[in-house]
Amino acid sequence: MTTTLFINARLIDPETLTDAPGGLLVRDGTIIAILPADATETTDATRRDAQHVVDCGGRCLAPGIVDIGVKVSEPGERHKESFRSAGRAAAAGGITTMVTRPDTSPAIDTPEVLEFVMRRANADSPVRVLPMAALTKERAGREMTEIGFLKDAGAVAFTDCDRVVADTKVFSRCLTYARSLGVLVIAHPQDPGLSAGAATTSGKFASLKGLPAVSPMAERMALDRDMALVEMTGARYHADQITSARALPALERAKQNGLDVTAGVGIHHLTLNEFDVGDYRTFFKIKPPLRSEDDRIAVVEALADGLIDILCSMHTPQDEESKRLPFEEAASGAVALQTLLPAAMRLVHSGHVALPVLWRALSLNPARRLNLPQGRLAEGAPADLVLFDPDAPFVLDRFTLLSKSKNTPFDGQRMEGRVLGTWVGGTRVFDSDAP
Amino acid sequence: MTYRHRHLLGIEPLHPVEITAILDLADRYVALNRAPDKRSNALAGLTQINMFFESSTRTQASFELAGKRLGADVMNMSMQASSIKKGETLIDTAMTLNAMHPDLLVVRHPHSGAVNLLAEKVNCAVLNAGDGRHEHPTQALLDALTIRRAKGRLHRLTVAICGDIAHSRVARSNILLLGKMESRIRLIGPPTLMPAGAADWGVEVFDDMRAGLEGADVVMMLRLQKERMDGSFIPSEREYYHRYGLDGEKLAHAKPDAIVMHPGPMNRGVEIDGTLADDINRSVIQEQVEMGVAVRMAAMDLLARNLRAEQPGVMA
Repeated sequence: MTTTLFINARLIDPETLTDAPGGLLVRDGTIIAILPADATETTDATRRDAQHVVDCGGRCLAPGIVDIGVKVSEPGERHKESFRSAGRAAAAGGITTMVTRPDTSPAIDTPEVLEFVMRRANADSPVRVLPMAALTKERAGREMTEIGFLKDAGAVAFTDCDRVVADTKVFSRCLTYARSLGVLVIAHPQDPGLSAGAATTSGKFASLKGLPAVSPMAERMALDRDMALVEMTGARYHADQITSARALPALERAKQNGLDVTAGVGIHHLTLNEFDVGDYRTFFKIKPPLRSEDDRIAVVEALADGLIDILCSMHTPQDEESKRLPFEEAASGAVALQTLLPAAMRLVHSGHVALPVLWRALSLNPARRLNLPQGRLAEGAPADLVLFDPDAPFVLDRFTLLSKSKNTPFDGQRMEGRVLGTWVGGTRVFDSDAP
Repeated sequence: MTYRHRHLLGIEPLHPVEITAILDLADRYVALNRAPDKRSNALAGLTQINMFFESSTRTQASFELAGKRLGADVMNMSMQASSIKKGETLIDTAMTLNAMHPDLLVVRHPHSGAVNLLAEKVNCAVLNAGDGRHEHPTQALLDALTIRRAKGRLHRLTVAICGDIAHSRVARSNILLLGKMESRIRLIGPPTLMPAGAADWGVEVFDDMRAGLEGADVVMMLRLQKERMDGSFIPSEREYYHRYGLDGEKLAHAKPDAIVMHPGPMNRGVEIDGTLADDINRSVIQEQVEMGVAVRMAAMDLLARNLRAEQPGVMA
């Protein structure tokens, strides 16, 4: 029986939307009590039992981040990211649950591959790993995977990642079948025809740089289609990334109509815009492409008012070779496990989002969407925690990142927000003071 | 210093003074090129490598001749046929060439920004001979020289750029250059061939050619880039010619002394009437080719001067 006492903390709880001083008592991996601000290690017998006492020094203690959509490049491209490297990066970034993507090579589209992944993850990752599985075989958009078997084997959601199931008949059958099993389908709303070959968002900047571009309308078109199919099938649906102002009314309408729909957004779309690409900087090439500043602001506001439910890292490791190419040919994606929290702090420091509201999108909503008990500071909740200093400044050096791949657009940028400690099930998995 | 940059990657970073410096020097090379003895030793001892990742006859020949007239050792590499096919990356190719110590690297590449990327990895001066749909700076400079010699100035002219703007690096470089020199720019073309956001570039956009040509001093036609088209942009070449091909009747809407330009190679009967293209009273297309050699000589001369200033001990 292990007991840990956290005292002198600033508790951030997204469930009650509180930001107040206090402490926590954790026993055997579970939060057993929320303590008042004046709690010390000697105030009663239970607390005197605590083997470990963590003095938080007035820093923020929040539920660990539940990150939906992490790419770990196992199997297939372990030189880009392994469960060990991703897990260590996640722990250092305050992420206690990685919900991993199936766009590996081969795709995670059979129970056998899924079992391999779970075995590797359990052996190597210091944080929790919950795998997603492909919705269609080889993510090719033609035949559905064995959704039932995959669910039984532990898949928490089904997605073809950045590939869109273009055939509406196939997609509607996938949604219908998924509905019968009650599983969550995650889609990437992007009209495949309009966005074919695009590397940037269309507009003055892309045209001047001579880059193939896509209108943000491609996102709304695909979301409109998907909303119609969700209405038809009643499936549980999550849009992985909503990044443009024009898609928001469609999302709002779908929610008002009572569809079981949620939406996410990646950290880069909230903190960067199309102009950051500058002189063909490929670390800024992501999918969907970075949007206009108007779109960015609209999406930040949608996150603040809850229309967009989930904020994730969209962690996508790429090696130097796949990025050191002409922009059109370069691979998409950015690593973000360790930069998610400090980048998200920009939204807090700019006054757009309060900390508990931010944590609603980082921990509570993703946990709820996947029916997990995590994501909140409450008695009985798992002790998945992050202790961080929201104001600690630093300049990011990408070579200090723990991911095997270093493709971050924040390299050399000034950031604020540093993770001091991370606990998974009451066990400390990261300590910023440890060598 | 008259030209402050290490490379010539585009018109975008240039100051009007630098553009004028290149054009002034080019004027002197026009005279040299017309003389019986065309040799100069401005690039003597230097090595120029022309790397064309995309096929080109005219631009490559122009750069080659410009280098040879200035006394450089010129080597042409046709990259479609070489190691790119064997899977070597652009960076590796650049590093390999860099190890051979060239002084001037002339690069054309089918992807926007590829020449910028390459320039970051080599020690020599890089000239962009066209990258994707991005920039083609020497073409804009030779067009500017042609206009300046025909009209006596580059400011306060109305220049109509017509046709396939979306796929054209020539159009982008010309828009940047003519804008910096304070001319008025009109873009004319079907909306499918007009880049998104073009109206935000400080230009006027027309889809009616006659309206767009009204009162123009310069009519710049662009080649319909069939090889870059990956979908349906125009219904047919004959409908395109009917609506956007330059003929005598449409040209009558421009000023009576308006000049007609085309970067070549021309699709006669698609974007321009063949007879009009050959009309020596209106068309300056042949002059453009002549100015091309002179402008490239001037650009390479200026880059070589900067190189020599950088390494005074190494190069005499």
